[in-house]
Amino acid sequence: MKNNGRHLAIVAVLVVIGSVVTYYLLTAIYKLPTAASQQAGPIDTMFNAHFLAISVLFALIVVFILYSIVVFRRQPGDEEDGAHFHGNAALEIIWTIIPLVTVIGFGIWAAFVLRVVTAEEPNELAIKVTGRQWSWIFSYPDYEDVGLTTELVLPVDRQIRLEMESDDVLHSFWVPEFRVKQDLLPGQMTVLRITPNLVGEYKVRCAEICGLDHANMLSNIRVVSQAEFEQWLADQSVSIGNLSLVERGEKWATDFGCIACHSIDGTGMAGPTWQGIFGSEESLEGGGSVTVDEDYLRRSILEPGAQIVAGYQNIMPATFEQQFADKEAELAQTGVDVDILAELIEYISFVGQ
Amino acid sequence: MAVGIGIGFAFVAGLRSAQGLEPDPDLAVFIGGLLGAVLFLLFAGVFSDWLKLAGGRDVPLRHGPPEHRPAWTRYFSVDYNHKVIGIQYTVTAIIVLLFGGLLAIIFRLELVYPGMQFLNPQQYNTLFSAHGIIMIVSILLGVGGMINYLVPLMIGAKDMAYPRLNAFSYWVAVPAAVLLFIGLVVGGWDTGWVGYPTLSTRSALIGVQFFLLGFYIVGFSSIAGSINMVVTTFTMRAPGMGLFRMPIFVWGALAASLIQMTATQTVGVALLLVLVQRAFGLNFFSPPDGDPLLYQHLFWFYSHPVVYVFVLPGLGIISELLPVFARKPLFGYRWIALSSIAIALVGFLVWAHHMFVSGMDDSLRVPFMMATLLVAVPTGVKFFSWVGTIWQGKLIFPTPMLFVLGAISVFLIGGLTGPILATVPTDMHLHDSYWIVGHFHATMFGGFVFPFFAALYYWFPKATGRMYNESLGKLHFYLMTPAFWVMSLGQMRIGLLGMRRRIADYDPSLGIEQTQLLITIAGLIIGWSVLIMVYNLVASLRSGKVAVRNPWGSRSPEWQIPSPVPEMNYDQPPVVVGDPYDYGLADSTYVQVAPATPGD
Repeated sequence: MKNNGRHLAIVAVLVVIGSVVTYYLLTAIYKLPTAASQQAGPIDTMFNAHFLAISVLFALIVVFILYSIVVFRRQPGDEEDGAHFHGNAALEIIWTIIPLVTVIGFGIWAAFVLRVVTAEEPNELAIKVTGRQWSWIFSYPDYEDVGLTTELVLPVDRQIRLEMESDDVLHSFWVPEFRVKQDLLPGQMTVLRITPNLVGEYKVRCAEICGLDHANMLSNIRVVSQAEFEQWLADQSVSIGNLSLVERGEKWATDFGCIACHSIDGTGMAGPTWQGIFGSEESLEGGGSVTVDEDYLRRSILEPGAQIVAGYQNIMPATFEQQFADKEAELAQTGVDVDILAELIEYISFVGQ
Repeated sequence: MAVGIGIGFAFVAGLRSAQGLEPDPDLAVFIGGLLGAVLFLLFAGVFSDWLKLAGGRDVPLRHGPPEHRPAWTRYFSVDYNHKVIGIQYTVTAIIVLLFGGLLAIIFRLELVYPGMQFLNPQQYNTLFSAHGIIMIVSILLGVGGMINYLVPLMIGAKDMAYPRLNAFSYWVAVPAAVLLFIGLVVGGWDTGWVGYPTLSTRSALIGVQFFLLGFYIVGFSSIAGSINMVVTTFTMRAPGMGLFRMPIFVWGALAASLIQMTATQTVGVALLLVLVQRAFGLNFFSPPDGDPLLYQHLFWFYSHPVVYVFVLPGLGIISELLPVFARKPLFGYRWIALSSIAIALVGFLVWAHHMFVSGMDDSLRVPFMMATLLVAVPTGVKFFSWVGTIWQGKLIFPTPMLFVLGAISVFLIGGLTGPILATVPTDMHLHDSYWIVGHFHATMFGGFVFPFFAALYYWFPKATGRMYNESLGKLHFYLMTPAFWVMSLGQMRIGLLGMRRRIADYDPSLGIEQTQLLITIAGLIIGWSVLIMVYNLVASLRSGKVAVRNPWGSRSPEWQIPSPVPEMNYDQPPVVVGDPYDYGLADSTYVQVAPATPGD
């Protein structure tokens, strides 16, 4: 082989330059979202180490190939074959052992990082997360007065233990700013620990395909100071008995996830908006029309498939009668009597005027 | 086939009404679809010889083109010649590839802007689900095409070991593809190609049942085809061709077939259990009695190794073509051959890396992470050996060589973005994000699509006796390769920023709109470039220059006989007298081939 040493020396220099350039480009193009949890710290360090390894290996292979393409191309008129050699056992062993040691090293490191990001801290705040097609419901078992919420409010700098379960199909809890992710299963609880460390607003995004409206299975998350969190808890804990019928209805619309698909301001969502709906004349799927009155609302909540407004699909669960009865029985034990269906209709007709 | 489906529907409807039950569409699709597939194969003639043999009649194997019809009709009927079957596989693969690509382009256009433009979520979900499984069918067919056409030629055999089973392997994929297509037009499905319960068991969409059944039936094609391939390789090699003197592609094909032969059954079970859960109400996967994670284990026990089925033959093509165009021996033949086997074996022990955040037992994460990282080692051996092969060569760059180099560049992107998914902490962020989409497409394009296109150009003169158009081939390459880099690198960028996979709409606050537009433009360029290839190959069939016997100066046995290849390949089995890749060694040959009769 002619000039092999010289070729290798040039390539070695180019590989070093190539690694630096690749790493610069890689970190310029590939940005992680803002880090907003304690767990994000070691994970982002690990991302960076991967980017470094990718840059070096990429440069190593690409420089060798580009150099060969340029330097070892057959010149016009040359009919000769290339140098004749079959391999090099020492080289093969080297490029088996070095990657082997590298990946094992990465693996051991990753196992330690995994232990850190899943570690349990004292004084965890437990929150129940329920995923259902296509909304998130949260509750705070340590604070029984706080009902179900569709917004997740978290105190900053305290570890949160999310106890998650699905009502129907698989879902996955992902807040990109928190980095970690965990699926939700029906009939089985899964746990995810997060320690938010940056006050702000984020979104939980369902990451496991869960059917029709998977893309819009989002909920707001607010990370707030401890003082604000306590204030929020107090605001949530107003006794249901002291609320007006319309206020109760508003609470039910949130708790049972109605507002995941029905807006009150005319925004188009999976279900008809409630703005201006009460008393309106709506044409139906399959022909005909109906005047939206209390009877129609009642029927549409209990039997969603019976009379569908034109242009919408029959995707609303038909399980609310049972859910309402369960909730009413639960509240009756604490001495509060409610009629969820009636209060909900009260609210819808109020916002729908 | 329609008759069979109709009979099945009528049978189920009659039975249900006789019992006074509501009609059950899931049951009807299950029974009707199976019956339709069987009747299709029966009337196509796939079973004819076997039925006669079972009846005690002696049936000689039919050779050559049909007697009373034009020769081209053999490509549209049951034929037992491996080259005909190989071309049937390959052409079907390209057609299915175009269709699957079209689906992707439709939903990529939807993603150009946030908000829903011209699709509704139901249509979007159907399109990406169908894109996934249709592309997988296409790749399986493409792999089948390359293996069927090339392996008997490369090992100096007259045909595959079981020609009738070979025809069955191809034809059984046809009703499977038809069922998938029906599923698409009767309302679609929304489960992705993975079909996870409990979404797949609860979904009211009837397309789910067609999808599961079609996917299930494709499995028969894989199992039968791979058994045939393994037996052929072990029993029909030319005299003197020890295992380490086989053309290197055969090693890749062998490793892929060993996986297909042993792993396909588990996904078959998983799909069948969902099918019967839907059709008969037997519960396997729904709580409290069933377990949705059971499906994921069964599914990935096949569906992870199967990605090596997709890429190992393609990587074999890269290793096969590089020495020819570098005019140099393949660097580290044994290491490359054994790395294919190593990847296949380790590939069986990594399936749960798809389930790091699924809720499976936490203690499984670290062992599966370690096993997954090990895959990087034999994959690295391949890259280093390819570099060793072109180093100090005399490189020439016709279209197949360009696609081989493109394949290496793209597979490098796919390979290097894999370990970051293997380490659990980083995977907790990337899992189910668009990063996966970018990584996966890079491995599939680098490991299958680019090498497949290289193979199409490289063996086109062998199969047809004519050359393709070199300028159009290069145009195809220079459009597709940079477009693909932009596409997959863009997909990974937005995934890192929070773009989830399988979503019909995305949040503009993620700041990913410009990249989304770039990805779609790149996808369109890839689509057009593939159409240029199709035009090139079709037009060259008639008007291409007549090919010389060995246009690439290859040492491989198939290039020592006329093009197109005679009906029975070799008059006498070729005798192996040297190593396959001794380019540059004066006066050496790989095989001695007896003079053959001219092609028909």
